[in-house]
Formats: sequence, structure tokens, C-alpha cells
Amino acid sequence: MSLLRSREALLALAILVLIGVVAARFPAFVRPANLANVFNDTSPLIILAIGQMIVILTKCIDLSVAANLALCGMVAALMNGAGVPLALILPGVILLGAVLGAVNGVLVWKLGIPSIVVTLGTMTIFRGSIFLMTGGQWVNAHQMSDAFKALPRTVLLGLPVMSWMAIALIVLFTVVLTRTALGRSFYAVGDNPHAAVYAGINVGRTQFAAFVISGALAGLAGYLWVARYAVAYVDIAGGFELDVVAACVIGGIAIAGGAGTVTGAVLGALFLGVIKNALPVVGISPFWQMAISGAAIVLAVTFNATQSRASGRIILKSAEAR
Amino acid sequence: MGILKKALTTAAIATVLMAQTAAAENVKIALVVKALGIGFFEAAAKGAEEAAAELGDVEIIYTGPTSTTAEGQIEVINALIAQGVDAIAISANDPDAVAPALQRAMDRGITVISWDSGVAKEGRQMHLNPSSSALIGNTIIKLAADHIEGTGDVAILSATSTSTNQNIWIEEAKKVLPNYPNVNLVATVYGDDLADKSYREAQGLMATYPNLKAIIAPTTVGILAASQAVTDAGKIGEINVTGLGLPSEMAGAVESGATISFAIWNPIDLGYAATMLSYNLVKGATAEPGASIPMGRIGAAVLDENNEAAMSDPFTYDKSNIEQFKSIF
Repeated sequence: MSLLRSREALLALAILVLIGVVAARFPAFVRPANLANVFNDTSPLIILAIGQMIVILTKCIDLSVAANLALCGMVAALMNGAGVPLALILPGVILLGAVLGAVNGVLVWKLGIPSIVVTLGTMTIFRGSIFLMTGGQWVNAHQMSDAFKALPRTVLLGLPVMSWMAIALIVLFTVVLTRTALGRSFYAVGDNPHAAVYAGINVGRTQFAAFVISGALAGLAGYLWVARYAVAYVDIAGGFELDVVAACVIGGIAIAGGAGTVTGAVLGALFLGVIKNALPVVGISPFWQMAISGAAIVLAVTFNATQSRASGRIILKSAEAR
Repeated sequence: MGILKKALTTAAIATVLMAQTAAAENVKIALVVKALGIGFFEAAAKGAEEAAAELGDVEIIYTGPTSTTAEGQIEVINALIAQGVDAIAISANDPDAVAPALQRAMDRGITVISWDSGVAKEGRQMHLNPSSSALIGNTIIKLAADHIEGTGDVAILSATSTSTNQNIWIEEAKKVLPNYPNVNLVATVYGDDLADKSYREAQGLMATYPNLKAIIAPTTVGILAASQAVTDAGKIGEINVTGLGLPSEMAGAVESGATISFAIWNPIDLGYAATMLSYNLVKGATAEPGASIPMGRIGAAVLDENNEAAMSDPFTYDKSNIEQFKSIF
């Protein structure tokens, strides 16, 4: 546990160094307003990374999060166009996201299909559904009500609502994962499924629950995304699932399941968020930008891999001594 | 008796056919689009009807497949050959796949031109581009220059750094910069046609260049994201976002003032010009390099060595006409 915590401390340090390097080239980057802006910009990634992390904990992966986000975002935009009040849209899309996540979950749980295959399929189905709903048409800023667009950017106590939502979810899921039976069973299922069964945990149902949570968070992020960028179309957040998985991996979530913390996922997301927001202002050639983001990911993952290789838990002190 | 009956039937059919030929003095021009039900093409059909009304003896057949496939268009072309139309003006879903069917049409004496989205050279007599890269490059700089008081920094927000059409437009835009001394082009950034990345790049531009007066985004995703970023930063009136966009998508930005004006080809003019060209080719004009074929109120199309011509400058949309066009495309 102390090792994990120190890894997160190292990641936090890396983020601070990164911010420092950027500030050396572009001092305005470290203004509190800009840092708040970076956090706000990273909020959807943080929200999705928390959901993805829970899925990865259970030895699964959810590649359909970005497509789920796009579908829920489009439904939110269409509901808004039909005059549904925001108080109904928000629970509506979270529920829809959860249902879409449940589809993934049921296929993994009841049919035993590997999650990477299931979510690869549903990813395409979700995007296709958006096309069927809209015929490829966009929903644009002037077709959305002002209240719909205003919620994520309303400033409360110095931060926009979108940031507060991310903070609330970070706190909520930290508590869920460390203080509840369901939270602990995510770790148990991923760490050792056989032992989990003997402990009375239903592995399939736990994985199902993880997909439902991931889906619900994607649904919420879908609304936030569409409202923030004031546009909804088939391809929004295209390829974003890879950023989400990258955030988890950088945050030290073990791809093999069973290890990782909410803090790690959040720091991983922030690391990517800082890079994404810094690259446009430090004046690096766009041709290098992708290579730099990629190199940062590989570097962080390599670091994590060498870190975790050294570990290995001693569960029987006496046996070790012999 | 049998022979008489056959002879009579033949005569009757012949009469009917001749009567049809007599009635069909109208020039039948088929406007084949990528797919039915797309606002852009419905607007082009409107322009074609306008040309038909002006010419008088033209009948427009507006048709296309229900989804944007080359197979669907081939079926449509075959049906049009069977109907014996005089001209086919097509916006192709695939430049090569539809060429054989169009060659068959030309073998039967049907005039074939492509417009908007071209057909391979052997499959048409000429191609009408909505505009040319040089005209587009000039227009996007002009749109920015027109609304800068004094001198100002201007940045370009493109799609991907490898996007061919974007790069050609930007290159053309840079060529005309000496004609606009009040425009100081400071940066070209790439939003990859992703709403979130374009938004961040626009934020980055605003942070890096305090004297920024305009952002030019010659891409629909970029121009929308940039105008949203400018709106969120509270810099409406300070920074003008312009470039190429669709009226239906840009209506909000024009209304809020984040975008004063932007450009895109006018589909009504395009349908009008395609009809005029088809008509003139049917009436005896020849499509050959260097030829100049009249397009009614728009002027004349001058063909280059590939028998291609550019229609006109992109059409500028602003507060005065956005309401009219936002429901069209």
C-alpha cells in the first residue's frame, strides 16, 4: 500500500515538474485561473477514467466509453431540442449510460465473452445508433437552450460546475472503493477471481456492476461534453477511449486487474490534461505534438512497469523466513 | 389477320413514340446528387429550377440514391439512360465507380458533366468545382482583413496537419498576404477536426497572442470550436472567428457575434451553374481545354487542361442572410 502511495506521489511530482517546465516557457500557464481551466478541461477525462479504472480493476476493459459518451450526449441534445427540462435530461442520460453499460456487462457476465471484444462491438453499435437517430445531422449551438449550455460553465465558489462534478465523483468513488463491500469486491475479483468466488463474491455480477458504473459516468460526461462544446454529432470524442485507458495506465492501474486507486486514475488524467493544454501554448510544432504525447505515455508506463515488477507481496512471513 | 393486327400495333406504337418525341422538345437535364434528403443538394435543386425557369425549355429531373453509395448512383444513371435524358449533371459518390455507367450515357449521346464532387476524366465532359483553391485562400484572408481596424494578429486553425485541401488553401492564403498589409499572420495550429482539441488550440492562441484579432478556421469543426472558445473567454467583439463553415452550424456563432462573417460555396448557385452548363453543352457548346462556357448570371466557366472549371469566390454569409440559409444546409 505504501508502495502504491509513493507511486502516486511520484506521479504528482512528475505533473508538478511538467507544469514547471511549461511555466518556464509560458509563465501565464501557472496562473491559478489557467490551472483551474486545465482542471476543468480535464474533468470529462477524469470522470471517464474513474469509471474505466473500476472496470480495469475487475480484469475487464471498456472500449465503448467514448461512443457511449457520444450517444448519451446526442440523446441529451435531442431531448433538449424536444423541450425536455434539464432536470429530467441529466438523470435521463445517466440512466441511459448505465443501461448501455449494462448491455456490455450482461454480455460479459452471462455469455462470458471477453470484454475487449464485447466493447469493441458495442462501440461501433453506439456510434452507428447516433447515425441512425440523426441521419448524420449535427445539433448546433443555436439549437440548444441557454440553460442546457450554461450548467457546466456556471461558476460556483471559483470553479465551474463541471469541475465540481468531477471533484464530487472523485470523493464519492474514493469512499466507495475503500469503504464499501462492493468497492472491495472489485479489487478481490481482479486480484484473484478464484479466491473471490470462495469468499462468496459473484465475479460476473461484480464485473457487471463495474460496467454499469462506467456507463453511467460516460452518460454524465456525454451531457457535459455536448453542453461545453455546444455541438453534437456522430464523431464527438472520437478516439477518446484511448485517452481514458492511457490515463488509467499512467495512473498506475494494473491492466491485469486488482490494483490501482482513484487518486492514481485522477493523476493520470491530469498528467494527460496538462500535456494537452500545454502543447498549444509552448509553441511546439504540431508535427511533434503527437509524438510528444505518445512518448510521455510510453515513458510513464515503462516507469510504472519497472516499479510494479519489484513488488510482490509477502503474505506468509514465516514461510519467507524459512 | 394476325399480320394486320401486328402492323396496326406497330403503327400505333410508332405514333405514340413520335408524339412523345414531339412533346419532348424540352431539354431534359438530370441533376444526380450524392443522396436525396441532404439540405445542400436540395438547395442545389432549387438553383437548377431557377435556371430552368430562366431558360424556359428545360425540364429538371432531380434524382439520386437514398444513401450515399456509388452502386445506388449507377442504378440511377442506368434508369436515366433508359429514360433518354439529354444531360446528366452529377455530384459523384466515387470518381471511378460511376465512370463506366456515365461513359455508356455519353456513347448514347447524353451530355455528362460532374459538379461539386468530380468524376474521373474519362467519365464526364467537364467538371465544375464550386470554387478554386486560390479563390478560397484569398477569401479567408479577406474575411479576416475586412473586420480588423488597423493592424492585427491573425492565426489559422486548421484540421489535421496532413489534410491536403486544408494545406493547399493555407498555402494559397499565404500567397495573398502581401495584398492585405493589416493582416499579421502569427501562427498556424491544428485541431485535427476534433471539437475538444480545436477548442484547446483556440484557447492556446488567445493565451499566446494577446493582440489576436482574428482566428481563421477553414474547417467546419474548427470554426465552431473556435467561436465557442472565444465566446467562453468573453472575447466576442475582440476576436473575430472566420473561415469556412455551414450556415446551419454557424447560425449561433453569427447571432452571438463571435463570428461576423464566414464563407462557403453557395449550393443554389452551384445547381444553377451546373444546369446552365448542361444546357449550353446540349445546345452545341463543346467542352475542351480553354473553352469558355456561359453560366447565366454567374458568368462563364473557363475550362483548364483537365476540362475543369471553378465557379466563383466562396459565398459570404453574415447576419443579413444567415436566417435564409440556416434551414437550407
